[in-house]
Amino acid sequence: MKKVIATLLAAVLAVTCLTACGNGGSKSSAIKIGGQGPLTGNAAIYGLACQRAAQIAVDEINEKAGKTVFELKYEDDQHDVSVAANAYNALTDWGMQIYLGCVTSGPCLVTAPMAANDNIFFLTPSGSTADIVKAGSNVYQMCFADPNQGSASAEYIKKKELGSKIAVIYQSDIDYSMGIYDTFISKAAELGLDVVSESSFVTDAVDFSVQIAAAKDAGADVLYLPIYYQEASLILAQCKNVDYAPVVFGVDGMDGILTLEGFDTSLAEDVMLLTPFSADASDEKTQNFVKKYNELYNETPNQFAADTYDCVYAIYQAVQEGKLDASMSASEMCDKLVEQFNTMTFDGITGTGMSWSEDGYVTKDPKGMIIKDGVYVGLD
Amino acid sequence: MKFLSNLINGISLGSVYAIIALGYTMVYGIARMLNFAHGDVIMVGAYICFFAIYSFNLNPVIGILMAVVVCTVLGVVIEKLAYKPLRQATSLAVLITAIGVSYFLQNMAQLLWSANPKVFPTIINGSIKLFGGELSISRTTIVIVLVCALIVVGLSIFVNHTKMGKAMRACSEDKEAAQLMGINVNKTISMTFAIGSALAAIAGVLMCCAYPNLQPTTGSMPGIKAFTAAVFGGIGSIPGAFIGGILLGVLEILGSAYISTELKDAIVFLALIIVLLVKPTGILGKKIHEKV
Amino acid sequence: MKNSNNAPRSNFLSNISKTTRSNFITYGIIIVVYVIMQILVNAGAVSNLIRGQLIPICVFATMAVSLNLCVGILGELSLGHAGFMSVGAFTGAVAIACMESAIPSPILRLILGMLIGAVFAAIAGVIIGIPVLKLNGDYLAIVTLAFGEIIRSIFTNVYVGLDSAGLHFSILNRIKAAEDGKMIINGAIGLTGIKPIATFFMAALLLLVTLIIVFNLINSKTGRAVMALRDNQIAAQSIGISIPKFKLMAFVISAAIAGAAGTMFAENYSTMLATKFDFNTSILILVFVVLGGLGNIRGSIIAAAVLTLLPELLRSVKDYRMLAYAIILIVVMIFKNSPSIQAKMALMRSKKTARKKTKKASIGKEA
Repeated sequence: MKKVIATLLAAVLAVTCLTACGNGGSKSSAIKIGGQGPLTGNAAIYGLACQRAAQIAVDEINEKAGKTVFELKYEDDQHDVSVAANAYNALTDWGMQIYLGCVTSGPCLVTAPMAANDNIFFLTPSGSTADIVKAGSNVYQMCFADPNQGSASAEYIKKKELGSKIAVIYQSDIDYSMGIYDTFISKAAELGLDVVSESSFVTDAVDFSVQIAAAKDAGADVLYLPIYYQEASLILAQCKNVDYAPVVFGVDGMDGILTLEGFDTSLAEDVMLLTPFSADASDEKTQNFVKKYNELYNETPNQFAADTYDCVYAIYQAVQEGKLDASMSASEMCDKLVEQFNTMTFDGITGTGMSWSEDGYVTKDPKGMIIKDGVYVGLD
Repeated sequence: MKFLSNLINGISLGSVYAIIALGYTMVYGIARMLNFAHGDVIMVGAYICFFAIYSFNLNPVIGILMAVVVCTVLGVVIEKLAYKPLRQATSLAVLITAIGVSYFLQNMAQLLWSANPKVFPTIINGSIKLFGGELSISRTTIVIVLVCALIVVGLSIFVNHTKMGKAMRACSEDKEAAQLMGINVNKTISMTFAIGSALAAIAGVLMCCAYPNLQPTTGSMPGIKAFTAAVFGGIGSIPGAFIGGILLGVLEILGSAYISTELKDAIVFLALIIVLLVKPTGILGKKIHEKV
Repeated sequence: MKNSNNAPRSNFLSNISKTTRSNFITYGIIIVVYVIMQILVNAGAVSNLIRGQLIPICVFATMAVSLNLCVGILGELSLGHAGFMSVGAFTGAVAIACMESAIPSPILRLILGMLIGAVFAAIAGVIIGIPVLKLNGDYLAIVTLAFGEIIRSIFTNVYVGLDSAGLHFSILNRIKAAEDGKMIINGAIGLTGIKPIATFFMAALLLLVTLIIVFNLINSKTGRAVMALRDNQIAAQSIGISIPKFKLMAFVISAAIAGAAGTMFAENYSTMLATKFDFNTSILILVFVVLGGLGNIRGSIIAAAVLTLLPELLRSVKDYRMLAYAIILIVVMIFKNSPSIQAKMALMRSKKTARKKTKKASIGKEA
């Protein structure tokens, strides 16, 4: 029995080693775009949103039947640093020419140096840690780097005079939240805002009574939440339980709260947030994307999806302007794309007139939104 | 007042742990296995109730009943398919199989119900104010604590005073002797899984009432915490699971309120280690006599 | 006694040489597989996916051997083995980062880093082992689980920075290195800015060294004492084997090996998070051990290799990847451990050998 299993396993191993070698040679007329993100596990919601949005964008571009045709492949990295390296390797085995990066920050920090090393163009939709783009000159971000959002939020609160005492609840074990929190605090000090309570939580937390009590006891009238919408929804519900009703101010991670299945949108009434994307925007591009996403997957796209959609279109624009075609190697493409991204401006659904610095950071304006009767309304 | 409020929140969280821990402890007591898939049965129960209320607009009570029925069937089926063939195998083999079942349930849930989190509908509304509004206790908390107490009392009566309960205790003492006394061991174990899973469904619904966030991995962390709670109180003991659960919940909330929210898990687990070093079989655990 | 040896005494000597031979076969397999893979890699005949998996496979095989020492040989279930890996990964990586300018050779740096990782993991092993090994069975398992979670929780909040003023260390309080320096461990963001220096050769060497240590331990007086403890603690105690001493020794060696493997693992990626070494990773390593067979060292290496590759090879089934993994795990566990299936297999095997024996006997008669 043991021997049977052992030989069987050895055989499987040998076969897979050999079969896995055969790929990579075939040349087609389509440019191969690879992407990866958590498609299973507890962060799957983000990866799946990106995968779906990228697919919609690629299908749209291919339907135009122009010269540029894309082929898309998404691999699962389970939001795990070591699986991320495997997913990247699987993509290069497939012959990836342009890389949409990882969806989450941790995996981005692993694959960005790999892509820099292989000289494959890297544009992450949502990996927001500032360190990612430091991996190489071919690494770009579509979302804001975290520090931007923190200082923008502080300026907004100051400018609009939302309140005099601010409480912050952040998530201490994800870099997204920590990055925003850090810059918010330093900017708030600079602007003379009074931060009366700072408390944190960690992944899998469900009870926020301690943090809410701290904010309430400190008499805070503004509650700043640089966190994702799942936890935000729990915090809003628990605030209501203890009759605490401050002005709630969120960041782009808060987007998606209104479309949470089962969420009582009245809890989010008057919540303000800074986000580059709103699914309710009236422009044609956004409406078209939201409609398609809704038809295909029966849900409203969040900002992860929107950023990925923009990534594909930004690459499309650069490919056309730089006159790239599928016969080029990934490295040749990379050099041309870098040239394009450093100079071009791009209009997408997460902002107009976007441009990239040579460091890889994006410049776009966050929009201030307030939730009224369950929909976003522009703050300005 | 702040302390009191934290304490109440702790008891509320602890009651949820306690109900989950009861399921763990019963299965361990009789089948001597660590059923790591228990947390995921909770998740399934919560999903069933969610769809009954949200998608089919059914009465919450019917939703809970449906969740109980589905989880009971699920528990028995899992036991029949995955654990029964391993009845004679080492406990380690069963443990790994249970982990496999846990992965299976999580991934199945993701495929069936998508990874998007759902917000559990509010079943119990409002809160009670004491001391002129300084202390407010939500009705959900009160219901959870009451249900938990009710289940503990009910289970204790069931295990100590009914025929089936006596059969369970006999199986937990010595399976072979129980068989010789004419007890159907297989049936008893199935029954235990059925009860444990029914409790899991109730725990799932109550947990989501208090913390209305539902996704395929919702059950895993509370599962591990509840398991810790069961060990805290002495695994295999029903009142032990209750005490362990409450203690763990209170410790977690007080730890994050007065020491550090970042290290709250470390605090809880450190407390567990200390308790086990002082009392190696948990607070109410039976002393094991070594046979020579 | 469970594993009573009824073989006559004359067989005993040949028995020893048999285990030695079996050990050398295992070394041989490792070396041969390493050489073949290295040739294939150099020839460019291996896909990036497989190539990227070579170091993790060696690391997880080492982890599996180390945990097998604890679970299979010592007989104590540990659910927190990834915790030791974590200690090794973080301390080793910090050491390597500090030595960067002092020691130019990456191989020497890696070796020193692994040694330091192993030492710290061993210290953690002593700290956790002394009180905990007094507990029994499932309770020990739970305490190791708790230990793994504590380690994860702590390393998520550790900050270590390196600049011209030296090494800065802090828990919970966020610190920043001066302008001329860098953060090595940055709280939730984990180990950052690692320049990966792990190589397949070093990883294979680590596995080989681990095997030499473990095999020699098993076949030594200490190893037999440890196994005697596993099989019957009271009997072993009655013939004068000191329980705490031998238990702790095996446990600490197991932890130290895990620490070295952790350093190697961290040095394979440019970043490493404390959450990587959570309960799930501990369980994963335990699965390798159980599937490979308790006490069966070669089995755990093969199981580690196959199960590390399996999720990657299942990429073609897309969304059903992890579901397929779960089903395979359950089916294999049932198939391998169900007594009724085992009995059937044994019956088939005994028939086969019986046939062979009669054949041999008839040949002997003819001669």
